[in-house]
Amino acid sequence: MSLLKVEGLTKEFGGVRAVADVSFAVEPGTIHSVIGPNGAGKTTLFNLVTGVYTPTAGTVTLDGRDLTALSTAARAKLGMQRTFQNLQIFFNMTAIENVMVGRYLHLGTGLVASLLGLPKIRRETRLAREKAAELMHRVGLEKWLDADADAMPYGALKRLEIARALAAEPKLLLLDEPAAGLNPKETVEIDELIREIARGGVTVVLVEHDMKLVMNVSDRILVLDYGRKLAEGTAEEVRRNPDVIKAYLGEGAA
Amino acid sequence: MDEFLQFLFSGLTRGSIYALVGIGFAIIYNASHVINFAQGEFVMIGGMAAVFITANAGLPLIAAIPLALAIAGVAGVALERFAVAPARGASVVTLIIITIGASIFLRGVVEVAIGKRDYALPAFSGDTPIRIGGATLHPQSLWILGTLAVVVLALKWFFERTRPGKAMLATSHNRLAAQLAGIETRHVMLTAFALSAMLGALAGLLTAPITLTRFDIGIMLGLKGFCAAILGGLGSPYGAVAGGLALGLAEAMTGGYISSAYQDAVAFAIILAVLFVRPQGLFGRAGTERV
Amino acid sequence: MRGFLGRWGGFLVLTAVVLLLPLILPNRFYFDMAVKVWLNAIVCVGLNLLIGYAGQISLGHAGFFALGAYASAILTRRFEIPGLVAMLMGAAGVGLLAFLVARPILKLKGHYLAMATLGLGIIVAIVINREIWLTGGPDGVRVPALFIGDWRVSRIEDWYWVAGGAMLLAVWLALNLIDSGVGRALRALHGSEVAAATAGVDTVRDKAMVFVVSAVFASIAGSLFAHAERFITPQEAGFLRSIEFVTMVVLGGMASTFGAVVGAALLTVLPQAVAEFQDYKHLAFGAILIATMIFLPKGLVPSLAELFRRRRP
Ligand SMILES: Nc1ncnc2c1ncn2[C@@H]1O[C@H](COP(=O)(O)OP(=O)(O)OP(=O)(O)O)[C@@H](O)[C@H]1O
Ligand SMILES: [Mg+2]
Repeated sequence: MSLLKVEGLTKEFGGVRAVADVSFAVEPGTIHSVIGPNGAGKTTLFNLVTGVYTPTAGTVTLDGRDLTALSTAARAKLGMQRTFQNLQIFFNMTAIENVMVGRYLHLGTGLVASLLGLPKIRRETRLAREKAAELMHRVGLEKWLDADADAMPYGALKRLEIARALAAEPKLLLLDEPAAGLNPKETVEIDELIREIARGGVTVVLVEHDMKLVMNVSDRILVLDYGRKLAEGTAEEVRRNPDVIKAYLGEGAA
Repeated sequence: MDEFLQFLFSGLTRGSIYALVGIGFAIIYNASHVINFAQGEFVMIGGMAAVFITANAGLPLIAAIPLALAIAGVAGVALERFAVAPARGASVVTLIIITIGASIFLRGVVEVAIGKRDYALPAFSGDTPIRIGGATLHPQSLWILGTLAVVVLALKWFFERTRPGKAMLATSHNRLAAQLAGIETRHVMLTAFALSAMLGALAGLLTAPITLTRFDIGIMLGLKGFCAAILGGLGSPYGAVAGGLALGLAEAMTGGYISSAYQDAVAFAIILAVLFVRPQGLFGRAGTERV
Repeated sequence: MRGFLGRWGGFLVLTAVVLLLPLILPNRFYFDMAVKVWLNAIVCVGLNLLIGYAGQISLGHAGFFALGAYASAILTRRFEIPGLVAMLMGAAGVGLLAFLVARPILKLKGHYLAMATLGLGIIVAIVINREIWLTGGPDGVRVPALFIGDWRVSRIEDWYWVAGGAMLLAVWLALNLIDSGVGRALRALHGSEVAAATAGVDTVRDKAMVFVVSAVFASIAGSLFAHAERFITPQEAGFLRSIEFVTMVVLGGMASTFGAVVGAALLTVLPQAVAEFQDYKHLAFGAILIATMIFLPKGLVPSLAELFRRRRP
């Protein structure tokens, strides 16, 4: 069974259809990329899948469960995590605290126990810190553990978001342009990191403009154009699709 | 019926005052996205300055009015220049605290310079009540209603026909675009603060003959004006007028028919009810925040 | 580790201050001032959880403070309920009220939230002013002495220890909360609400929770204040009192529990210290407020801490 299933998803902003009747399915354990020109609706698609926006029409199901009525937080509980194209870092916290927030779903959240600082809460905090440190090593941020987030460079913040998302131990991870703004060396590292995440059993949906990266890592690719689904298939199929070539290279290229 | 007419007059009169204060909130919010919690102090400054000028300088009211308006205008510019502008880009909470600090400061200045008593200003055209139906109307109320009408028309002209007015409108729609189009948004800010301060002072001048004035009347009037602006959707001067009149009428009717003790609570109760149902205000539109 | 030492080291310092201060306080007047500092600090520590950590403003907390105070006054005086029980009943009532309004109120953002909390506080103040049969109206109401068991807390020195102890308890609770998953969630939703929700934080629930906690802190402080002063007036519920609390939090430093205590201390002591300049009190208060926000937008304690940190290698 598909892990994520999107059917007839549509979002209008004051008459503009940013996502128009898009359907696709993501199989567990795969890397599924979403590509398309600027403004094609990729980020909007992520916002719809994660419940940040309410769709105008259509449904999203995870593991066969309809998510339509669920909040973003409730979807996170079911195993969905994401990163943001426009970084959403907790700039009022340190790097490791950012990642510790990612552990939220695995912690007790009783108010009274928290106020009293019961041993259970303290132990959880300690474990969350250990786990967060481990993840920061894994994404290559070991230098930045106790740094204030607002003192970190852009590239490090991109990884910080990935570490935070991984801290929740998701089934499905949506990455919105993880390589944007990175230099070629950093891009190669991200490439390797994404593969490693997928090897660890996490299903990845990837939005990315770096075609080399996309073609390298993807099991399947979905192409959006003006909010519509233009094509879907393996890297090879998409690369040869005349509609895709036309959309990317302009009329006459096909 | 006579009773109703009486409450209607009273509601429209106080509603017009709230409207004038509310317009000030809306204009400043439009130009800068700042809620100016010192707006009520301009109302106080208008009334108190006129009192001071007529009593101490011996000038007639007709001369004191423009002077009081000018003083308020200068206070408005100073507020923008020395308190709001240095904190550009600060968070909403910071700006709220700064303007609250400014309101306490302005109140303190007037308290020290003039005093803590109640002061009265003579009515513009006598105190002989006008009988309409079975109700009476203070002539000052006519001045208040008339002024509001003139102000609304003047604002319409200002925003549609004059350069600074159009610049202000453009800035409120899209600050960046306005700057790119060569509009000096700094000037727009200063104009907005001066204009709002003078509108507030006008309200203070108009109401002082009926309600007396004191160094601390600005607190409540400011908050009610804020209610009017929120009710009108924050950022629409005409919405603030509608909001102000609605609040004034609701207050007068509550005071007349239900409970005079809770008159002052009406505006706040309405605001809470409205915000609970429509978090973006009565006329505000809900957009999708971009992430 | 730095955070841990800073936090609990700070708590030890604060405890030492509470223990040692009586040695240098010369007379009643100063003890009275210290009691007011500790009680204001309780409100500010709670309010700081809401404003400083969770990033949600409230311009109405004096309402909760006064409700606690009046609950204690009325329950002990009219119904002869023991002081501590009355205090808890007041706190429970205030907590319930806060809980009921929290969800709709905390859906609001920015100026709308400011307006709603302000409106709530003002409505409380008006009710206290008008329901004279119950509250004594604008003239205020006398409050019986507080008994803790058989101990009648009456001397100002006794009050010093009660208020100081309560303040330390409040600080301890706040520090625990901040260092828990809930506390981190609160700071996270301040930083980015959408990212917090993505991490699984039920932002509305957590905001409501901290709103209730801060209201209960204010209520308890109000109850203690009523008993300590033996008298309470509706002024304690007023808009200006709410502003005073917010100012203390902001001046001391947002998202700094010790900052909240420092802010409460400064703004309680300063006006008394410059009593000869009473006339200029408001003027100076307003000017300080503006200057702090412009020059030290993070507040005193965090700004000083940063200076200190940068000095060291
Ligand atoms: N909150 C919003 N309100 C109004 N319009 C929006 C909103 N979010 C997105 N849009 C519009 O929807 C369309 C799709 O935008 P989206 O950000 O999803 O594109 P994208 O494929 O992610 O582009 P990019 O590659 O530049 O990131 C654009 O026209 C954009 O202006
Ligand atoms: Mg995008």
